[in-house]
Amino acid sequence: MSVPTNLKYTESHEWVRPEVDGTVTIGVTHHAQELLGDMVFVELPQVGRTLAQREECAVAESVKAAADVYSPISGEVTEVNADLEAEPEKINEDAFSAWLFKLKPTNPDELDKLLDAASYEEVLANEAH
Amino acid sequence: MLKTTPLNQSHRDMNAKMVDFGGWDMPLHYGSQLDEHHSVRKDAGMFDVSHMLPIDIKGDHVRDFLRQLVANNVDKLTLPGKALYSCMLNPHGGVIDDLIIYYLSETWFRIVVNAGTADKDLAWMLAKRDELAPNLEITSRRDLAMIAVQGPNARSKVWQAIPGSQAATEELKLFQSAEFEEYFIARTGYTGEDGFEIILPADGAADFWRALHAVGVAPAGLGARDTLRLEAGMNLYGHDMDETTSPMVSGLAWTVDLKTERDFIGKSALVDVPVEQRLRGLVLLDRGVLRDHQKVVAQQDGKDLEGEITSGGFSPTIGKSIALARLPAQISIDDEVSVLVRDRKLRAKVVKYPFVRNGNVLI
Repeated sequence: MSVPTNLKYTESHEWVRPEVDGTVTIGVTHHAQELLGDMVFVELPQVGRTLAQREECAVAESVKAAADVYSPISGEVTEVNADLEAEPEKINEDAFSAWLFKLKPTNPDELDKLLDAASYEEVLANEAH
Repeated sequence: MLKTTPLNQSHRDMNAKMVDFGGWDMPLHYGSQLDEHHSVRKDAGMFDVSHMLPIDIKGDHVRDFLRQLVANNVDKLTLPGKALYSCMLNPHGGVIDDLIIYYLSETWFRIVVNAGTADKDLAWMLAKRDELAPNLEITSRRDLAMIAVQGPNARSKVWQAIPGSQAATEELKLFQSAEFEEYFIARTGYTGEDGFEIILPADGAADFWRALHAVGVAPAGLGARDTLRLEAGMNLYGHDMDETTSPMVSGLAWTVDLKTERDFIGKSALVDVPVEQRLRGLVLLDRGVLRDHQKVVAQQDGKDLEGEITSGGFSPTIGKSIALARLPAQISIDDEVSVLVRDRKLRAKVVKYPFVRNGNVLI
């Protein structure tokens, strides 16, 4: 699967989508779900929680392992995708639409420093070696 | 350099995700571990278990040697083809390996051991042979492949894939085996479902795998093998027991014969030793996933009790997380305990395992 060009990325395999209302939507990448295999459990942050950049804030567990999810930027959690609690397999089906949570950024400059699709593809290429 | 089984190319042709499993290049899954798990519970799946090692022991009085070598009693093996599950212990009562012994004749027994322990098992058997029965011949059978076909429809699909094999094997009861042409067919397995484990010459393995696939047997990887055996409450060497743990605290007391006068290696370390821990089943009541090595805590009469998960994971059949855990003996079935998962304490219930057998949830 190609890496969508309208998203930003982290080296720890989260994707970030800036929304028109100023919030950002965050999920894990297709590559992350491929590494983990079938997802069986997702633990999401509390709405209202303030996160620092790179803070551990969610857990994605597959049949194989538990993976921490790190907040790509700092901000306040405004919404979580509670559907994933009942249907974590949605992440396997389409990782780029199965979002985990939304943030109101406290420092929008952090967004500009995230990876674009081309740089993230380089990260993936390097991991494969 | 990873070791490969005779089916390595077959796995790659089926787009398996390959992983390093104790030095072996093995399939983890072929797309979805969950789908493979359900195939075995509802229909039929096949596993390449050629990384495990058959060892043949031949000569006069093999049985006398095995009476000393293993903890279960080979005198239970009276019918040719009959199989016995046993531990092989060290002198301290620790488990060197768990294995299956097939009785073929008084001059030929076959033992199938785990992959990760095969080298040390063989070295141990050879050393004991030199000491106790130097006339016996012990042969490592890396020239053989092994395929487990498991599930409610497994046997009928094997009969389709090996024309003529039905008559030779349909009367086999659990833990019995028969030879048919170049196939050694045993009604055993590691999933809690019916089925066969089939040993055959390595050079025929890829064709047999293809024939099984053609009659609708789904390939299943090591991932599904682990969730299936956990649901079936079957021990995994290196997780639920090892050389530092006694079979008595590993849920394997039923395989240790302390009733007869027979002496065997490790026996003296087990006799009259109080058993202070037991292997128990856990079902997670809160949301989350139990994993190996998580701490289990409980309070009883104002005393803190502590145990550890030896095998934990998600049960696809039950839809909850389950585990095997070594717990203080005071903790009983139906007690509620806490499991430390990251920074949280999750509630779990102590249950009798197996969790699932022949497609049915038992807890």
